[in-house]
Amino acid sequence: MAHISTATPTTATDFGPATGLSCRECGAHYELGPVFACTECFGPLEVAYDFGEVRREDIAAGPANIWRYRSLLPVPAGVADKPNLQPGWTKLVRADRLAAELGLRSLHVKDDSGNPTHSFKDRVVAIAVEAARAFGFHTLSCSSTGNLAGAVGAAAARAGLDSCVFIPADLEAAKVTMAAVYGGRLVGIDGTYDEVNRFCSELIGDELGEKWGFVNVNLRPYYAEGSKTLAYEIAEQFGWRLPEQIVVPVASGSQLTKIDKGFRELIKLGLVEERPYRIFGAQAEGCSPVSRAFKAGQDVVQPVKPDTIAKSLAIGNPADGPYVLDIARRTGGAVEDVNDGEVVEAIRLLARTEGIFAETAGGVTVGVLRKLVREGRLDPEAETVVLNTGDGLKTLDAVAEQARPSAVIRPSLDAFRAAFAN
Amino acid sequence: MSVSVRIPTILRTYTNGVAEVSGEGGTLREVLQKLDADYPGIGGRILDETGKIRRFVNVYVGEEDVRFAEGLDTATPDGVQISVIPAVAGG
Repeated sequence: MAHISTATPTTATDFGPATGLSCRECGAHYELGPVFACTECFGPLEVAYDFGEVRREDIAAGPANIWRYRSLLPVPAGVADKPNLQPGWTKLVRADRLAAELGLRSLHVKDDSGNPTHSFKDRVVAIAVEAARAFGFHTLSCSSTGNLAGAVGAAAARAGLDSCVFIPADLEAAKVTMAAVYGGRLVGIDGTYDEVNRFCSELIGDELGEKWGFVNVNLRPYYAEGSKTLAYEIAEQFGWRLPEQIVVPVASGSQLTKIDKGFRELIKLGLVEERPYRIFGAQAEGCSPVSRAFKAGQDVVQPVKPDTIAKSLAIGNPADGPYVLDIARRTGGAVEDVNDGEVVEAIRLLARTEGIFAETAGGVTVGVLRKLVREGRLDPEAETVVLNTGDGLKTLDAVAEQARPSAVIRPSLDAFRAAFAN
Repeated sequence: MSVSVRIPTILRTYTNGVAEVSGEGGTLREVLQKLDADYPGIGGRILDETGKIRRFVNVYVGEEDVRFAEGLDTATPDGVQISVIPAVAGG
């Protein structure tokens, strides 16, 4: 069993090593509860911990999913025994052929398409489900660019909670179907993700949203912690070592921020040796508010109206954008963007070299990786990891025109010979 | 100009729990000044020490995020609804 802190929780509910919430902006402290914004300054709240001693061997003895890190997450010790999707412990694929094509010495793909609903969102939702249980919520909800809606629907079904999720009505067909199939309510909203998000923020203050856990609104402090498990897994799969460079997609910026937090926790707990690492953020050109701010040397992010095929990254008003800028600058990384054509090229490049079919967000990270190497901004000698956060089957339209049969022929050898004579 | 202002949950302590209050002013800046006069202290929660909208607050005039419009100088026509909403992350 992993060591669990003996610190007394500030509420009757069991959040394992979590001791409270603190404001990332002004440091104000709050009890663990379904709150997400600081009443002093509106800053985002995040979970504070007293970890006590955490040992590698206790983690290694845990299950092959994110619950092996339960002593680093705001969840009770018995979390692995509750009905949940058991996400995580996805493959870290050594990508020698892609590395050779790009001119890198060492490259790995952290392939999160292997999660139960085929995106990294299962990690964050699993933590949010625990928080929803702890706070006595009966309905799980979210605003989503697609992947989250499916993850919430599935997790709620497994946990026996109701669900009602909100998406922009124009999402990819596969994501709409996936979000609807689990039997909860799915509501398409005629608007952008940012408008859906605004709607949910208003719903939460209304009696219509009473006893609802919005995973990325009132449960956000808990939910967001799930992304730390990407950092833990990458380090453990490397043999308890940090990579030197990592390329992460940026939508709201939460995932990148939490990967950095995860690495820093591992260093602080002595689970990995401290070494410099550089974090690079990847956006699509058609929704690149953070990349633009990075290039302009600004520390505030001017919102944009998204227009890109990378719909899972199409957040025009990214709440954690300022933190992404801070982290990229602090670690010597960068935030860069690629256009839709480059996204499609990168999806095909990854598929052709490594047999991994990424959704458009994975095309964004691989595309930005390639761009950074070409421009000499990423060290080709350093150990590099690139994230694929979702499955290509969810965004088939993006490559459907290019990925076609080589030929359609009659079932005869002559026809085959004629078609491929050259 | 008479407008309505939607108040987020975390600021309703200033408005005795009321979710929507009426306001006055030809621009967002004037509306917020009047709001702070009616509910002392609320302005300092929405604007920072330098008088700018805090970076984790979104303010909408009608359907438009004021960062896409004129910021605090955005016109607030008669009858428009103004919403103050904490920023949230997504996906």
